[in-house]
Amino acid sequence: MSEGYRTSPGQPGVPGNSASTSSAPDGEGKKVTHEKLDGQELSKEEKQRLRKEKKQQKKTRRQDKTTDDGNSFSTDGKNKQQQQQKTSTTNTATGDTPVGNEKGTAGRSKAEFRAERKAKQENRAKQSKKADQSQPAALGKTKSVPSEPQLVVKRLPDHIQADDPAALKKLAKKLERQQVPLRQDYGSKVILFLHLHQYSRKMPLTQQLTIPSTVLHPAIVRLGLQYSQGIIIGSNARCIALLHAFKQVIRDYSTPPREELSRDLVNKLKPDISFLNQCRSLSASMGNAIKFIKKEISNIARSMREEEAKEVLLQCIDKYVNEKIHLAAEAISKSASEKINDGDVILVYGCSSLVSFILCDAHKAKKFKVVVVDSRPKLEGRETLRRLVRNGIHCTYVLISAVSYILPEFRLAIFGFALPALWPRTPACCTLGHLLPQSTDAQTAGSERGLNPGAGDPDDLLVTRNGSTPLKNWHANSKLHLLNLVYDVTPPDFVDLVITDLGMIPCTSVPVVLRVKNVE
Amino acid sequence: MNYVESPSRFTAPPPGAEREENLKMEFQAVLMAAGGGSRMMDLTSNIPKPLLLVGNKPLIWYPLNLMERLGFEEVIVVTTREVQKQLPQMDSKMKLDTVCIPEDTDMGTADSLRQIHGKIKTDVLVVSCDLITDAALHEVIDLFRAHDATVSMLMRKAHDFTEPVPGQKGKNKEAEQRDFVGVDDTCKRLLFMANEADLDDELVIRKSLMQKYPRMHIKTALVDAHLYCMKKWVLDFLLENKFVYLFAKDIFSFAKEDDLLNLAREKSFWNDHHGDMNDPYHGTKLRCYVHIMKEGICYRVNTLASYIEANRQAPKFMPALSQEESLIHPSAQIADTSMIGADSMVGYMTKVAENTSIKRSIIGASCTVKEKVKIANSIIMQNVTFEEGCCIQGSVICSGAVIEKGADLKDCLVGSTQCVDAKSKHVNEVIVGNDRLMEI
Repeated sequence: MSEGYRTSPGQPGVPGNSASTSSAPDGEGKKVTHEKLDGQELSKEEKQRLRKEKKQQKKTRRQDKTTDDGNSFSTDGKNKQQQQQKTSTTNTATGDTPVGNEKGTAGRSKAEFRAERKAKQENRAKQSKKADQSQPAALGKTKSVPSEPQLVVKRLPDHIQADDPAALKKLAKKLERQQVPLRQDYGSKVILFLHLHQYSRKMPLTQQLTIPSTVLHPAIVRLGLQYSQGIIIGSNARCIALLHAFKQVIRDYSTPPREELSRDLVNKLKPDISFLNQCRSLSASMGNAIKFIKKEISNIARSMREEEAKEVLLQCIDKYVNEKIHLAAEAISKSASEKINDGDVILVYGCSSLVSFILCDAHKAKKFKVVVVDSRPKLEGRETLRRLVRNGIHCTYVLISAVSYILPEFRLAIFGFALPALWPRTPACCTLGHLLPQSTDAQTAGSERGLNPGAGDPDDLLVTRNGSTPLKNWHANSKLHLLNLVYDVTPPDFVDLVITDLGMIPCTSVPVVLRVKNVE
Repeated sequence: MNYVESPSRFTAPPPGAEREENLKMEFQAVLMAAGGGSRMMDLTSNIPKPLLLVGNKPLIWYPLNLMERLGFEEVIVVTTREVQKQLPQMDSKMKLDTVCIPEDTDMGTADSLRQIHGKIKTDVLVVSCDLITDAALHEVIDLFRAHDATVSMLMRKAHDFTEPVPGQKGKNKEAEQRDFVGVDDTCKRLLFMANEADLDDELVIRKSLMQKYPRMHIKTALVDAHLYCMKKWVLDFLLENKFVYLFAKDIFSFAKEDDLLNLAREKSFWNDHHGDMNDPYHGTKLRCYVHIMKEGICYRVNTLASYIEANRQAPKFMPALSQEESLIHPSAQIADTSMIGADSMVGYMTKVAENTSIKRSIIGASCTVKEKVKIANSIIMQNVTFEEGCCIQGSVICSGAVIEKGADLKDCLVGSTQCVDAKSKHVNEVIVGNDRLMEI
């Protein structure tokens, strides 16, 4: 499925595209199914094409005959036929380079062939890896690994390598250098998920910090604590809080005598960022914000005075918040409200500030009802419920186990992009079973990096009812491991529409949008 | 201090605030060492409370040690001149910035804070000099940070005092002034606090409070450690308002809003309570939090009973607090045939002669203990002389006292520089000078 992305990224916002950007509200079910089938067909074709290519390459190297070039040419031609409106250059690039290389293979020894073959495969792997990384985790990082050629080990991010001693050592060294304490894993982990870090909320990182912390700014310590205790949750909220903390760091910063602000400030931020990462894995939106800030800081001219530079930075941050968060939310809300009709019943899951915003906004103009689906352990849906009801929206609240019973009730399901709860795919999967349209909202600010899988505090799973907590002594039982997964990935098959601040695009177009944005 | 829960707006540290060494200080530590020890006049008649010895260390050493362990490098000490002279002997690695106040004034915490207002640039950690604790203070401070609290404090379930207190008849405790502490369901958020002395007959709880917090726990057996983490603007407010209990509306003007932080909270889907339509924290911005310790030591040495208790436990917690020192000071000259129990402490330069027996006692510096003296369960301060054949049990003997030959004391309190006659027997008495008898 990871190869599916290569085929059909439609141009976002182009009217008349076969993808479901047309905003006609009627007959959506039909259009949706068509579009889905198209996607599947193409991906199958694509798979076949790639398989053929591989076979061809193997053949040419063994036989060393130019007749195979003819074959590869024909596959290439077929390739080109499929790509009518396509803008994905990686596709043609990967299609081209093996062909190009093949031409030069005539008349070389076998060892060289093998070396070349390895190089080509690595090349292709690298290119697909690059494309991979710009792909949202909706397609799952772990899923793409089996499709890669086995020679190349894909670089996994640190936070999902908790069982790799080398990675851990590297992390420990880096933290020591920055004087940031290392957070210990807690409790016995389930074997299948040993690669995820598992922290306890009761053992905060601040235990190991001295109170007048020498390296970390107090605002950052505060923020880290709020993250790890779950007081600030949700991609947008975390991003805004992070920027607020950075503003304070910048205000309190003063350049040491022989340093330059543009370089030194970035260095000062590094331990802060590592600390926050230890408290809770950085989210996609936070990562983007950090990149933005670093870029802005390094763009500060040498000639600027410190005060001026700080002013500029603070204003940049305000502008970023305004553009990426406020305006983007409004844009998405406008597009989304076109999808919502009067008398609709909409399903939402868990908590997402964006989804609540959309619904509250749409409620001003239209009448609809909402079903809030919630799940343990965090039960964030209660908060969603509270906000919606306060705005006067008629809501129903169910737990996730009841999703299949309410399926006949609703027409549209809206999910936020980063859902910090378990099994968001379950409502998605269930709704697919009934071919109901769904849309996912994504702000491009938050959609560059993948979602971070992680294991939450296992003690969250303990429930006390009537004074007794059945799992209280789970530590004592050596055969019992508790697992509390946070974040999950939803296969793009289950998502019909992604609503971004750049428009409404099909799920398969997301990597194009990200690539275009990267170029900016 | 009475805590009133009323709406307010919070503040962000003002821009351009103190920049010490490129980093903003999160807290400034303030040590209140000006208290008079009004509840244990017998002990503090000659010696200021901060210098009373517990476990052979002056009382003020304990909070200073606590702050040092936390990592503070500077402490502002509000104290009297007499104590200030002794401060350099504390051997502290921290820089002690002393502010002296006149001896005879009776200053509460609020008044002392007003005095040092000019020095305070950030949030404040206020500690009283009579606190002995091994609490993990990051808990208190984390509450303060995580919830952006106005005040956060430390409390502990009161230790039971099992030792008999000299001068008290039988088992009746002095009419303890109970504190009524109301906390919410999580036992973290402080809802109200009232001292029995301030109430007439009834404890009044406002209806609005009950609406917001339907499940409230009211605890009476907690001891307030008098350790507060406060926001800076509370001090600003204290400065303006002499009478703390009249502030309800004025407190607004001291706090400033921070838009971005508000926005982040709005977008975040966290709530500290469920079941109603209110925002997190019920929209109240004046929040007080308390961390209630379940284990560990926490003594407020402000009564005789607590003083005795603290001393009893001193041999147990001293090794944890100061690793280098042993219970028996190396300079003490102890004869070979004397028996000193494992949980006794002997101070600096004390001489202990033959055939003495010291059990479960603490003997201060520069004492002289002659032959055949038996000391059990007692607390002996500095410069005390015991002549031959004395027998001391369960007593507290202040500095400079002289116990003549053959005296027998049980459960007594001997005041400073007093002299106990030879061969006298005293049981459960307080022996102080005549000039002090009329003091209340």
